[in-house]
Amino acid sequence: MASSIPASAPAEAAAVVRHAARAGRQARRTRRFIGAGIGFVVLMAAVAAAAPWLAPHDPVRQSLRSRLAAPTLEGPDGKSHLLGTDHLGRDVLSRVIHGARVSLLVGGAAVLVGGAIGSALGIVAGFRGGWADSIIMTLADAQLAFPFILLAIGIIAVLGPSFPTLVVVIGLSGWVSYARILRSQVLSLRSREFVDAVLALGGSVPRIVLRHVLPNVLSSLVVIATLELARAIVLEATLSFLGLGIQPPTPSWGGMVHEGREYLDSAWWISTCPGLVLMATSIVVSRTGDWLRDLLDPTLKGE
Amino acid sequence: MRAFLSFVGYRLLRALITLWVVSTVVFVVMRLSGDPVPLLLPPDAPRSEIFRVRAELGLDRPLPVQYAVFLGNVLRGDFGRSIHFREPASRVVMGYLPATLELGLTAFLFAVVVAVPVGLLSAVRRNTFLDHAAMGVALVGQSAPTFFIGILFILLLSLKGGWFPTSGRGTWAHLVLPALTLALFAMASVARLTRSAMLEVLRADYIRTARAKGLAEVLVVAKHTLKNAAIPIVTITGLQFGTLLGGAVVTETVFAWPGIGRLAIQSIYNRDYPVVQCAVFLSAVIFIVLNFLIDVIYGLLDPRIRAR
Repeated sequence: MASSIPASAPAEAAAVVRHAARAGRQARRTRRFIGAGIGFVVLMAAVAAAAPWLAPHDPVRQSLRSRLAAPTLEGPDGKSHLLGTDHLGRDVLSRVIHGARVSLLVGGAAVLVGGAIGSALGIVAGFRGGWADSIIMTLADAQLAFPFILLAIGIIAVLGPSFPTLVVVIGLSGWVSYARILRSQVLSLRSREFVDAVLALGGSVPRIVLRHVLPNVLSSLVVIATLELARAIVLEATLSFLGLGIQPPTPSWGGMVHEGREYLDSAWWISTCPGLVLMATSIVVSRTGDWLRDLLDPTLKGE
Repeated sequence: MRAFLSFVGYRLLRALITLWVVSTVVFVVMRLSGDPVPLLLPPDAPRSEIFRVRAELGLDRPLPVQYAVFLGNVLRGDFGRSIHFREPASRVVMGYLPATLELGLTAFLFAVVVAVPVGLLSAVRRNTFLDHAAMGVALVGQSAPTFFIGILFILLLSLKGGWFPTSGRGTWAHLVLPALTLALFAMASVARLTRSAMLEVLRADYIRTARAKGLAEVLVVAKHTLKNAAIPIVTITGLQFGTLLGGAVVTETVFAWPGIGRLAIQSIYNRDYPVVQCAVFLSAVIFIVLNFLIDVIYGLLDPRIRAR
């Protein structure tokens, strides 16, 4: 194109340089954002881990004398409640701090479960092919063609809410994207000669997966896992809000929003404080996932 | 025509497989829960009574037989009797369906009426303040938890502002907040997709040609771009309608809206499993049928799809 109009060549070269400089600036900015996002998650994890020492009060200790106290430095019981107290007189700040444990623990464990199941099924589908592949991919399609929260509600309703049930159900809700990415990677590698060579030399399938498949999909997996973490945290909070998550009195953000629903008019802080923290967490984590995708793997954008 | 028929047949097959998978999962989950008979009877019921009810429900037969009977019942829309309402579960769920459809359709309307123009404007006025603001709101809408958005709406617009009732169903004012809450996620997705679909077409060579020949920008956007960007926009918009049904569970609970989502949650508390199963299954059927119809319409609109 450029060679047919020689006069514009220098201008075009300058444009290319400008464009590259802008792309570089953008990449640096994206990196800073990602750093900030990861910092936020690490901070959250630190807060969750140190909750018993950070929280000013016992999160489940009730006090009828200081019920529904507005955010204050000196409540009716003479103690400070920076985010007020709830309908049972429990300190909202302490409960929000402890609630981070449930959110991150369930969210993180669910991402690991979903990632493990999805990756395993994707590798099996890719290597075995045939009917195993058909069954796994039909299941994936079926799951995508169905609002999973309904199924989650049904399963938890029957099995009863508990930590393992929650983790497995939320994890199962997100296995499809991992399976797809690993399957396509395995399929594209399986036809390559060096894979046949490794097999002929006595290399095993697990070795091929570890040495050749995983390194290739690692960045995609990181992106998917980050986006899945945001989704898992929101799903856990939603289930807790519906009364199907971690059961009271253990504080969870979704459960707190639910408890405060009755007192929204007189004591807005009970629902609003945990809700805002949840919303901030979800937005920061999912944006971090978007930025990671822009940086590491722009091809995922269509998903 | 033949290609189209085989395309429809393939899609139909997939929809039926999905339905079968869903019903099988419902059956398995039901069996995981163990024996439902003690729940149905008073705690001091004699053993003979327990055996009688067990035989009546067919629970003493081998599992494959139970599975076949279950599939047959599902095909006939028979999910057993509601323990709480004391009438067939399917009739109970049907009674709550109109409220859900009303909410879903209104939310869908909101999403389309707001999101498509916003997406269009964002694409045409790319990188302006308007674009950044709209896409910022859309990002929040896509990742914020629905139930908390609903709580915020209640707090700010009905308790503090006093413009809308907090919950229940009745006048149009009751409908606004739940529909808006439910629509937010769909709105965000549709606006973002409309923008990217428009941008894609705006970069095409024939748009440059249209501009080069001196066509007014309004005509370029309205006639040349919009028409070509319409297909992905129609698809994602249609798909969002199905997603709305899933989101209805949460929204209905927040706003005490008497639809099947809230019915399902309340039936869980009542341990009324026939109603839970029927509500979950009916939502799945609606969702799958909608997806199928959208696929077919998509195939009609875009001949390239049929070739796949």
